[in-house]
This record gives sequence, C-alpha cells and structure tokens, in this order.
Amino acid sequence: MGLLSDPNRRRALTNLLTRLNTPLCIVCYLAGVAWFMGLAFEPFTLRTYMSENAMGSTMVEERFLAGERALVTAREFAAQKKKMGGMPVDWLVKAMQARGLEVFTQSFSRTLPFPDENKERYMVHGTNVYGILRAPRAPRTEALVLSAPCTPGSSNNQAVGLLLGLAQYFRGQMYWAKDIIFLVNEHDLIGMQAWLEGYHHTNTTGMSWTPLEGRGGSIQAALSLELSSDIITSLDLVLEGLNGQLPNLDLANLFYAFCQKIGVLCTIQGKLQRNDWDSAAGYSQAVQTMLLMVLKQASGRPWGDHGLFLRYHIEAASIRGINSFRQYKTDLTTVGKLLEGMFRKLNNLLERLHQSYFFYLLPSLSRFVSIGYYMPAFGLLAAILLLRALDLWVQLGSPAPGTEDGLVDGEQPFGPGVLSVLTPLIISHLTGVALYTLPIMAQQTAVEHFPVSETEAVVLTAIAIYTAGLALPHNTHRVLSGEGTEEGWRVLKLIAIFYMAVLLGCTALINFSLGFILALTLVPVAAFITPHVPRVLSALVMVLLSPGSTLLFSIFVYQELQEAPITLLEGWNLFLSVISQGILDHNLYGSLVYPLISLLVYPCWLLLWNILFWK
Amino acid sequence: MAAPLTLVLIVAVTIRAVLFSSSLAEPLMERVEVVSPLNAWKRVVEGLALLDLGASPYSGDVFHETPLIIYLFHFVIDYADIVFMIADGITAVALYLAVQDYNKTVFRKQKYALEADRYPHDCLELIRTPKEMYYIPLKVALFYLLNPFTIFSCVAKSTCGLNNAVIALFILSTIKGSAFLSAVFLALATYQSIYPLTLFAPALLFLLQRLYIPVNFYRPSFWLFTLQYAVMYLGSLCVIVCLSFFLLSSWDFIPSVYGFILSVPDLTPNIGLFWYFFAEMFEHFRFFFICVFQINVFFYTIPLSIKLKEHPVFLIFMQIAIISIFKSYPTVGDISLYMAFLPVWSHLYRFLRNIFLVSCVMLACSALFPVLWHLWIYAGSANSNFYYAITLLFNVGQILLVSDYFYAFLRREHHLTHGLYLKRKDGSEATLVLK
Repeated sequence: MGLLSDPNRRRALTNLLTRLNTPLCIVCYLAGVAWFMGLAFEPFTLRTYMSENAMGSTMVEERFLAGERALVTAREFAAQKKKMGGMPVDWLVKAMQARGLEVFTQSFSRTLPFPDENKERYMVHGTNVYGILRAPRAPRTEALVLSAPCTPGSSNNQAVGLLLGLAQYFRGQMYWAKDIIFLVNEHDLIGMQAWLEGYHHTNTTGMSWTPLEGRGGSIQAALSLELSSDIITSLDLVLEGLNGQLPNLDLANLFYAFCQKIGVLCTIQGKLQRNDWDSAAGYSQAVQTMLLMVLKQASGRPWGDHGLFLRYHIEAASIRGINSFRQYKTDLTTVGKLLEGMFRKLNNLLERLHQSYFFYLLPSLSRFVSIGYYMPAFGLLAAILLLRALDLWVQLGSPAPGTEDGLVDGEQPFGPGVLSVLTPLIISHLTGVALYTLPIMAQQTAVEHFPVSETEAVVLTAIAIYTAGLALPHNTHRVLSGEGTEEGWRVLKLIAIFYMAVLLGCTALINFSLGFILALTLVPVAAFITPHVPRVLSALVMVLLSPGSTLLFSIFVYQELQEAPITLLEGWNLFLSVISQGILDHNLYGSLVYPLISLLVYPCWLLLWNILFWK
Repeated sequence: MAAPLTLVLIVAVTIRAVLFSSSLAEPLMERVEVVSPLNAWKRVVEGLALLDLGASPYSGDVFHETPLIIYLFHFVIDYADIVFMIADGITAVALYLAVQDYNKTVFRKQKYALEADRYPHDCLELIRTPKEMYYIPLKVALFYLLNPFTIFSCVAKSTCGLNNAVIALFILSTIKGSAFLSAVFLALATYQSIYPLTLFAPALLFLLQRLYIPVNFYRPSFWLFTLQYAVMYLGSLCVIVCLSFFLLSSWDFIPSVYGFILSVPDLTPNIGLFWYFFAEMFEHFRFFFICVFQINVFFYTIPLSIKLKEHPVFLIFMQIAIISIFKSYPTVGDISLYMAFLPVWSHLYRFLRNIFLVSCVMLACSALFPVLWHLWIYAGSANSNFYYAITLLFNVGQILLVSDYFYAFLRREHHLTHGLYLKRKDGSEATLVLK
C-alpha cells in the first residue's frame, strides 16, 4: 500500500507518467502490435494436447467400410433432390426409417426483414428431417448430433449420403451410450436455428416452426458435415461460431488426432500447416492462418452450420471436405472412418467437454495461443487509454488548487459544464439508436422514393445515417451557443476514453478478435485527438480509422489472406453486402456485432469526433 | 428547496414507472448482483403463496424475509410496484431532511469555533461556506434516487429498498434527536437484517453529543443515558420479535432469517466475498471461517467508534459502508445507500487520493459483472474464477473508497487543528504520510 498512501512516491509516479505519456503510449501501441504478431511465432505458442481423459486413453478401431454405398445413396439423393426441386423430405424419411432410425420432421418458415441477395431468399419455408438412433447402452439422457445441410444445387449431396451410410453402420453397433441424432437441415442456418429452438423450447428470434415430436437427451457435442465431391483432398475444420464463440479446444484436438491417425490431410482456415516454422514462409503461413481466424471471429457470424449450437452450450464444429488439385486423395470410406472414430470418442465422454480451453487462437491445427498469451496484446492497447485518462485527470486536477478562490469559483462552470458534456453524449447515442433502428424501418419509404432494391435501401440508409452523424458537432454547437471551454473537452474526452476502455475491454472478453481489431484502430484516435490538432488532416485520419472504415479494411485484408485479391469496386460491393449480412445475422440469429457497433462503438467514436470540432 | 426535491422525486418515479412496465424488469429480477436469496421478490411471492395455503412461509427453505415484510405484502401485494417506489422516495426524503439538519449543526459548530478563534489562520480555505453546503441535501437525494444501482434494485423489487428506507428513517430520527424513534427504527433495521446492530454505537454517540453528555465512563449521566437508549432499543426489538411470533405463532423465522444470514448456507454467486470462499472450503473449516468473516462486520465498530467519537454521522456512513461490503448477501442496493452520502463529504474531495483509481475500478467492474456472468453461465466458456475475480476487485475498490474517505476526513480534522501548511521542525514543508 506504500504506493497508494505515500504522497511523495505517488507524485513521483504521476509526474513520470504524465511527462513520458506520449512516448509511453507509442511504446505500448507498438508493443501491443508486436506481441500480437509474435503470437503466431511457433516457439511462443503451445502444442495442442488432449485434456479430456475420457477421450484420450481409449483407442478405438474404425471399421466403417461402406463409403461406396454412401456414394450410391448420395447419387440417389441428388436425383431425388433434382426431381423435387428442393429437399426430398419423403425420400429422406423413408431412407432414414429403412436404416432403423426414429424419424421426425419439423417445418419452419421465416420472413427475412429484407431480401438476402447473397443467398437469394426472402420468404423461407423449409423442413428439417432428423432421425434418432437410441442409445442401447444407457438411459438416453445425452445425445450427439451429426448434421448435414441440404443445400440447393448439386453441392453437399455426398455429405447426406455419408450421413445415411454412417446411420446405417452406427445402428448395427452396440456400444452407443448416447443418442445419436442425424439431422438434415434445409436452408442452412435458418433451418438449424429452427431445429435448435424447437429442441430447446426457446424462441429467441421470432421464427415460426412446428414443435419437435421426438427428442434425444441433452446434446453434448455436434458435428456438421459439408462434402461436395466424391473424393476429397483435405478436410477443413471450421470453429468460429456466433458472436465469435469457439467450441472447446478438445474438439479441435480430437479432429486433429484422428486426421493424424487415419492419415487425412487436415487444414484450418484452408491453410495447410508447414513444418518449417523458422523460415519466413513458415512464419508467414502461421500469421496468415491466425489473422484469418481473428477476422472470422471478429465478424461474429457463424461460419458453418455448427455456429448456432455454441449458444446452447453445445460444443460443435463443422468439417468441410475440400477437393483441390493436390495429388493426395481421400475417399468417403476414410472420411466415414474419421467420423466414426470421433463419434466413438465423444460417446465415451462422461461430462461435457470442459477440460481444455475455450479462449484460444489457432496459428495451425497443432499449435494454439491461449487467453493468457493473447490478452496482454490487448492489455497493452488498453493501457494507452488508461495512461491518457490519467494524464487528462492530472491536467484537470492541477489548475483547481492553483486558483486562489477555491471552491467558489469552481462551482460556477460546473452547471453548463455538465450540460456541454451531456449533450454530445445524448446526441451521439441517439444517432447510434437511429443507425440501429432506421435502416430496417425506413426501407419501405426508401424503396418508394429511390430507384433501389430493398437490400440496397437498408445498406445505403445505414451508410447515410453513419455519414450524417459526422455533422453532429455543428448541431451540438448550435444547442450550446458556443459554450465549449478548455475544461469541457477534457472532461468529455476523459469520459469518452473511459467509456471506450470499458467497452473494448468487455468486447475483448467476449470476442477477443473484435475487441482487438477495434482497439487497433480506435485507440490511436482516442489517444491523439484534441481540439488543437490540425483539423482537416485529423478529420481525415479519424474517418479512416472509424469503425466503418475498419470494416472496409478488414474485407480487403481478408480477401488478400484468402489469396483472392479484389479490386476497389469489388471491395465496395462486398462491403455493402457484408453490412447487409451483418444486419441479417443480427435479425436472424441474434448476432451482437451490429448492435454493438451501432449502439455503443459508433457513438463512442462520435464523442471523439465531437472533441476534434470543439470550440 | 422543496421544489427541486419534488422535481427529483417526480423524475425518479417516472424512470421507475417506465422501467417497471418495460421488458427490463423481468431479467433484472434474476440478476444476482441486484437480488440476493434474502431479498429476491420471487422468494417473497413464494412465501406469500405458502402463507395463503396455510403453511409456514419458511417451510421449504425458499423464503428468508422477516414476518413483518410478508404481512406487509400480504396486504399490498397488488401495489408492490408502488410500495417499492414509495420506499425509495421515503429514503430520499429522510436522507434529505437528515443531511439538511446535520449541515445546520456542522455550520453552527464551525461558527462557534470561528468565533472562539479555534482554527489556525491558514486553513480558512477549509472552512465550509453556506453556498457550498446549500445544495448538498438535494445532491444526496439525487444521488440516491438517480443512482442506477438504486433504480435497478427498485425495479427488481428487491426488499433491500425497504431496509434502506428503515435505515434512512433511523438516521433521520437520530439526527433530529429523537432517542425513542431512533431506537425503534434501529430495532426495526436490526430485525430486518441483523447487521445494522453496529449502528447502535454511532447513534448513541450522536445522541450523547446532542445532549452535551461527555463520553466518560466515570460519569453516571453517561451510563444513565446509555442504559436508557439500550433499554428502548432492546425493548422495541423484543416487541417486534414477539409480534412476529404472534403473527405466525411459531419461531420458524429465527433460524430461517437470522440463521440464514449468519451461517450463509446459500452460496449463490453475488457481489460479496462469501460465496466463492465457502464454496471452495472443506466442510470442517466452515464454522471457523464463518465466524472470521462475520466478525469483520462487527469488529470495525470498536476502533472506528473510538477514533470517530466526535463525528458520529461520519461514523454512521463508515458503518453502513462496512456493512454493505462485508455482509453475507450484499446487493447493489446496499451500496447505493452509502453512496448517497458521498455528496455530504464533498468538502473532503481535495484530500482524496485514489478517487480516480476507485471510480475506474467501480465503473469497470459494474460493466464486467454482466459480461462475465454471461460468459460463465450462458456461453460456458469462462468459469466462476473470472466472476469472482471481478467481485474481489469490486470489493477492493469499495474498501479503497471507504478508507480513502476515512483518511481524508481525519486529515481535514488534523489540518483544522494543526494548520493547513504543515512545517517540519526545520521549517521546510512537511507532508503527511499514512503508515
């Protein structure tokens, strides 16, 4: 407590912190970025290992051989699908019944708030078909799910074929201690959402669906399978779920362990692991993989059908078959063996997967960075805010004892001071509320008055409100009739900085990637902005570092990392579609990124914008 | 001054009424930060249902409120929202009047001291002015009514609001100098949650001071008044307890309320220090550590009463803060009561050392509570350690806040007797160091 109670030492420390504030901030920022980039460097990461004892010690022998038959089923399914022009529900029910499952269907319908132009859907009607294989060995209190989406067109037929093949094979085995649910969901995530809501008797998104007639026990783990070709070259594991939630790392470990055992090439983010970590190419591969994961996680959207399971405390991942031009080929039998092995291990679970990490980043499948290692990168960025806040606090405090009149004078500016701080706060939050609510509410009006489609109307309204918010300081000034004082902006900045620190801290805890990316762009703005910096230049920098521009940059970086660079125009179009997807994700699945940005982050940024134009 | 107070009351009631009808009320009733097993509204409703069925409300280990509360709500169950709003209003008005009266006393004392030329000449800037003190009562009411913690507590219908009202009435009657009413309300507060027992000492000190009886153990007048106050207190406590017995015609409520408070069987997470510690502990250490933890609340009364015997109102503030930190089932409603007193000590601001740190910690923690709860309970990705870490930090922040005010208060008193600009013996400027 010496530091807190000894005034001399406190003063020395405060002096040091205020004198070296700017260099310290710069050092913190660089150190934060360097730390983050260092996370992908192999000697700084940990090797993944299986923490769950129930899955570790028991080796299983895979005997699934019916890959060819699964392919035949897949072709039959494809033919039926083509004939029906959609999901062949009756055929699937019969096929599942023939394999000895208890089969149920669930129909659902959902009208989107505005048409989804990427997937070309607006009013969605569909049916989920699922069959339950009852556990012969245990009292049916727990279940595992294997799902395959039924997508329009010719994709994903093999996944359904393999699912049916596995169902038939699993039916013949005696060792199941958990119910296994085989689910074919239509309209990918919407169907999955309907099924999960039905299964858990909740309705969080206002979707209409028929109640489920049959249930298994509580779901312990789920795998979603996506296969579009008869032969694959590698399997890709997708982990990022809704709001950046990740399944327990043991699920990834399990997948990796079986890929090693069976000898299948496995990738994450579509990137194959390299063995030469000490070369520049090896490091760059790891960085790219990690950055892709960070960008995907930050988007807060489910990147596979598994993404919605995580909300219900169910560990889930998607396994995606990739067919590229590699020589190394794998047939469906091998994939089936992999799934059989994974399910048998999951079947051994005595409790939910909880032993391993929930907060991690993966620079490759065999290496991981846990929360203790990556949080300091964010902590260093957040420290800048605290340093700045301390500096401001000292600046605010120092003139007060200097004036001889003391409190009597200090009281006077307090009245208008509160008003001049409160007004920008309220106005910027109201702008945020407008940004959140208006795009969807005003789409009808926009479509009537402008030659745009509904989706464009929503996105363009959002961008218009976002831009209109920049005109805010002038309006505030009119309200206040030029009462801004030197002290006023300091108080406002202190509040804004502190607001941002708490906001980013909370975000980083829930979704590290989002918090970090936002901190990367917002913290410098928050640190340097004052009314005395060159106005035009700073305004330009601020706009470039605003949340919207961050999204635009992220899109370019993402495309670059995916090795699919795009032109500016394509980038802009993608930007528009990403915004519409973000709004849709929020309305359909309850993703929190759009409300977070519009209701909290954007107003916070507007406060800083307000400080720049303080008079 | 009545007009601004009325305005504040109207604003506060409007906010509460809006929130009561909004969708926020339902989830708030479930928040562990806002309601505890003692004061959750759901449990009161359960107790009422049991009572209506003719069973003892304490059967089934759900209901832990006192019999008087359940009989109160037995009659006004349909107007529960209004009761809670009125309770908050009463607390605010009582605190307003109490602080107004207290400020008058303080000012009068200061005037006498000034006339007697008792203050050193260089500490004129420490002298409080009527202008500065004029708005303090209003600020107190404002701090209580518009504090988000109070609002949440009221909207969640946590019976903590009623306890706060009783304590506020106790403070009012003490400061107004009515020994009998003070004893009655103190007994009522004790009856509600035991811990206000520690407020006996400051109340006694204040009343003694008011009657110009010095605290001197060799003076019969001191013992006479102490005895008088203690008898009034114990007598009314006895009457209330017996009344409860006759209402329910059983002593069930004693183990169910006081046993529950003291032995802490319910380890639902809350913002206090008990739950994690006792969830982790081996059973055979439990009794010893419960004693250690509970003594915390009561123990500080002795040194604080000795140190602050000239300043009983500050002592009341310290005691309420200590109760809300160390009690077994604290909620944010308890915190809001002592936070309402902060404007009264606004003249100590210049001596506060850690206020920046403390306000950062408190605000950050308040935001992190729901986030970590979400990660732990809903997402399943964090665990109880994360939540407890924040609880711990929050309490450290509170303790720092209270000790900072304590230090500032003592330092101001020191300056008032020794002068503001202290000199060492050799004439150089001296600084005070707390060790």
